[in-house]
Amino acid sequence: MKLSCDEATKICDKNQYGEASLWDKIRLSFHLFLCEKCGMYSKQNTVLTKCYNKQKDEEGRKEHCLSEADKKHLEKEVKARI
Amino acid sequence: MSSTNIHVLNPSKWVALHADYLYNYTISRINNQDLAKDIVQDTFVAALKAKENFQGKASERTWLISILKRKIIDHYRKINSAKGKAEVKMNFYTDGDREGEWIEERVPSSWDNEIEKDINNTELKEALEKCIGALPEKYEMVFRMKTIQQFETEEICKELEITSSNLWVIIHRARTQLRKCMEESWFKN
Repeated sequence: MKLSCDEATKICDKNQYGEASLWDKIRLSFHLFLCEKCGMYSKQNTVLTKCYNKQKDEEGRKEHCLSEADKKHLEKEVKARI
Repeated sequence: MSSTNIHVLNPSKWVALHADYLYNYTISRINNQDLAKDIVQDTFVAALKAKENFQGKASERTWLISILKRKIIDHYRKINSAKGKAEVKMNFYTDGDREGEWIEERVPSSWDNEIEKDINNTELKEALEKCIGALPEKYEMVFRMKTIQQFETEEICKELEITSSNLWVIIHRARTQLRKCMEESWFKN
């Protein structure tokens, strides 16, 4: 039942992605109830997840293209070896 | 004799047909343009060398992606074995009586400014990017794939040939490090 702070914050991180098991969540709640440091970590983790989600919306799955110059360079490298 | 399902390779059209796709695939895993370009080029070069092995069962693009995937694993292995600078700072004691407890200087301190109203701030975005960029490469790569690109845990494990417990240790260390970095650069006034 008892978790170290290292383990508790690890579960807390996993939980940010909705992937912590029920048993882990129970153990985490118990730890957070007793441990102020991890309580702070947990609270801040939620804030950080919001920041990361914002970043995800802007950066994630963005389309990236090569420039014409890059393609010409690649073309040259490939043709030299055909 | 001829089957319609047999695919053929046409290297002279590779760049026009597949370069952007391969580049995009790479950049969503390795967030570094120069490195991604090099990896795409390496993939084409390796594919040319191996073209005799192409059996025509998969499409040209699928075959190129399978080669690219090997290049990405090779890259991950390289950054994974670059010991020393590849490690994040310790956040918890790893042995002795206090094993698993917070190391004093890593303990979270309370944040004064209210984050919610700042979430659209471009400075926040910059601070965040800077902190993510300051992570050791391996942690940055896995963190970005999981958090920013939103790959499934299983997919990341398969692609990088790591276990899920391995992945969560990396995510945990990355997030603990990021918390500290954001505290110093953003939340502390």
